[in-house]
Amino acid sequence: MSRRARTRLFLGAAAVLGAVLLWGLLALPRPVAPPPPSARLSTSVAVHERHVTDTVAGVTFDLRGLDTLGEELILFVAATGAAVLLRAQRDEHDEADDDSEEDPGAPGVLRVAATTLVGPVLVLGAYIVAHGHLTPGGGFQGGVIFAAALVLVYAAGKTLATDPVHPVASIEIVEAVGAAAYVLVALAGLVVAGVALANFLALGTAGQLLSGGTILVLQVAVGAEVAGAVTLVLTEFLDQLVLE
Amino acid sequence: MPYLVAAYLLLIGLYGVVTSRHLVHLVLCITVAQSSTYVLLLAVGYRTGGRAPVFSDLPPGTPVVDPVVQALTLTDVVVEATVVAVLLAVTIQAAKRFGTVDPDELRALRG
Repeated sequence: MSRRARTRLFLGAAAVLGAVLLWGLLALPRPVAPPPPSARLSTSVAVHERHVTDTVAGVTFDLRGLDTLGEELILFVAATGAAVLLRAQRDEHDEADDDSEEDPGAPGVLRVAATTLVGPVLVLGAYIVAHGHLTPGGGFQGGVIFAAALVLVYAAGKTLATDPVHPVASIEIVEAVGAAAYVLVALAGLVVAGVALANFLALGTAGQLLSGGTILVLQVAVGAEVAGAVTLVLTEFLDQLVLE
Repeated sequence: MPYLVAAYLLLIGLYGVVTSRHLVHLVLCITVAQSSTYVLLLAVGYRTGGRAPVFSDLPPGTPVVDPVVQALTLTDVVVEATVVAVLLAVTIQAAKRFGTVDPDELRALRG
């Protein structure tokens, strides 16, 4: 099919889709409508029965805990898949040209700024993970901030895969441990309380750091998983750059 | 009004996918189309005067926006990130194997 014919076909289909969308959107709730029951119920359950102040975390890691388990496993599988796809390429390259030229290194200012920021960024990531049940944040957000520290290390002129230390193996272990910990907490709920992902730990006082029961544990597990997965994918992509 | 933005993002993203001449551009257009779901979900949960659903500094019972759709959006963002990672990895493989990133030239199956 020629480009022109395809575009014409799309415009026709898009007009129909747009009309149906507008028709459907008209029936959606307006901002002035009364709050839906889900908003009232989920906030009240999260605050009064789960003792967390960030109700989004309460929903994500408790009420919708099973969905988040699936989501985390999607992330795990996708990161593994991307790594496998990119690594197949690396093996081909390793045979082709083994003589890697010297790393020219980053400019001095960039190197200093990046190395200075690595520590604070790691602390910020830990803070976001640990306070996800109190204020906006949590395992997913904090994990990505952890991974940002890797980018800083890279910007400072250090490549990871060609390093003799080869931290990729430990990144993979962190990712696997994070995914396994979530599954284990889910199964522990089954053993202790008879329901998978039941919140079986002490709930503590809402607003304090140690509160929310398993929600905090799951946040840390997800934080490790996300940090591992994003770091793994970024490392594999950056390796492609190095191998060019 | 946010609903219109969501519909626009979906349609313009799909238009980009259809007319794309570069696989990276195609992947980014998919993210544009998918970001319409964020706008839609958050718009469904928004209520005039609703505060952020975080009660660390709000008294219980304050009207807030729906946290359920916000949690759904979080899931959405994570899934999109993984999809983009895998698609870009496939793009790199396609570029290396076939020497082109134009979807039109990748039409025929080659062994």
